[in-house]
Amino acid sequence: MTVFSHFGRYLLMIKGMFTRPENIRMYWKEFMHQCVDIGIGSLGIVSLISFFIGAVCAVQTSYQLVSPIIPRSTIAQIVRDSIILEFSTTLACIVLAGVIGSKIASELGNMRVSEQIDALEIMGINTKAYLVLPKIVAALVTIPLLVVIGMTLGILGGRVAAIGSGVLDATTYDKGLLQNFVPYNVYFALIKSYVFAFIISSIPAYFGYNVKGGALEIGKSSTKSVVVSCIMLLCADYVLSQLLLNTTSH
Amino acid sequence: MIEFKHIKKSFGDNLVLNDVSHVMENGKANLIIGTSGSGKTVLQKCLVGLFEPDSGEILYDGISFTVMTEDDRKTLRQQIGMLFQNSALFDSMTVEQNIMFPLDMFTKKNHSEKLKRVNEVLERVNLKDVNKKFPAEISGGMKKRVGIARAIVLNPKYLFCDEPNSGLDPQTSMVIDKLIYDITKEFNITTVINTHDMNSVMEIGENILYMYQGKKEWSGTNKDIIFSKNERLNNFIFASEFLKDAKDMRMLEAKGKIDNGRNMDDLLK
Repeated sequence: MTVFSHFGRYLLMIKGMFTRPENIRMYWKEFMHQCVDIGIGSLGIVSLISFFIGAVCAVQTSYQLVSPIIPRSTIAQIVRDSIILEFSTTLACIVLAGVIGSKIASELGNMRVSEQIDALEIMGINTKAYLVLPKIVAALVTIPLLVVIGMTLGILGGRVAAIGSGVLDATTYDKGLLQNFVPYNVYFALIKSYVFAFIISSIPAYFGYNVKGGALEIGKSSTKSVVVSCIMLLCADYVLSQLLLNTTSH
Repeated sequence: MIEFKHIKKSFGDNLVLNDVSHVMENGKANLIIGTSGSGKTVLQKCLVGLFEPDSGEILYDGISFTVMTEDDRKTLRQQIGMLFQNSALFDSMTVEQNIMFPLDMFTKKNHSEKLKRVNEVLERVNLKDVNKKFPAEISGGMKKRVGIARAIVLNPKYLFCDEPNSGLDPQTSMVIDKLIYDITKEFNITTVINTHDMNSVMEIGENILYMYQGKKEWSGTNKDIIFSKNERLNNFIFASEFLKDAKDMRMLEAKGKIDNGRNMDDLLK
């Protein structure tokens, strides 16, 4: 199957999600279930990664920034901007593509192979709407929240590492955080997080929903969905940076 | 009643169903039989709308399924129950939640009314104390019964069963067959069963469609099978020497050469 036919079927799946729900209460229940699965389920790993990335960023920046004419508070500024612009979104979402993506693909793949999706279809339920849409909406709601939490913890991790290793004192770090702060960067990160959330939920859903075969194919589709999601994340990252981060945008 | 006319279905160059027509009668156990690859599962999937036939017409009580809008199909599907080969129970739900799911989705009953209905159908399929168990915690035969309970919980007009006896021992198979047959009679449902199981064919086959290489090869009742001269059907049904002997016995019995009480003392002398 060519890339174009995959893309066509992907678009048809997205289109097929938008129908009148059979029972809005059941859809809400499924949405809340997915919010817990995707949001709360990924909170631990996102927190851990963000904290350590912030810490590593602070230590490595101080290692490279040795010029006496650059104020030490610049380290905090670099940590802040790196975390907000890139690490809290792209890195966290690449990890989430693995965690959430493989879960979505294998869950739907298993339902397809064991005829659970067919059972729902025969009951008269639009399975794209009932199974895929709540996952995508839940990702769109929870992933930006995870990104905001990741930003905070990343900056906190940088602070802990900078003070702990004696690179900076708390006052200098805090002063650096406020230095030349551009609120637009946070908007940019949030826009990215919405786009990434859509990618890392819809692509695995497509691969899982269309599995044919058995257990082996579920594994393959899960791996494929993570690989494709990561590639699409990086492409989207570049395109969004190019479009939204030119000098006139803020 | 489900009637289908001139159904054709192919996957690429592979013609799986070739001009198949038949009537599935109301209140009867309608069986689709045939060797693996004969097209019976594809036919059943066409009937329930999981596959779209390339041509032909499917009529549910005279209303054409093939030209229905998606919304009309959704409404009709709420009158269809289906038992899948592997039961297709939702792994993450308990038995009770599995059976309650169609009620949650399509009715406005309160929880106690739904629970009452769940217990009614569980009792009907002779299952006790399994409400809180997950599908992984119950046996294959119990899974089939839960599948039947879920399929009948909305009082369907049409019941489809895909290989209801696969993976079950002969005794449990007969229990499942009897259950499906009794439910068909009790609720006057049009039941369509895909099966390989010869016990099912002989015990409950009131209207049998035999498929061979995507075509309708033979149709009739379980009584007609004994006297059928169709070689392909005979080779399929009476595949073993034991079953061939059993057929000969039945024919002798029917011709009055053995008495109906199966008293074979004279033959053994």
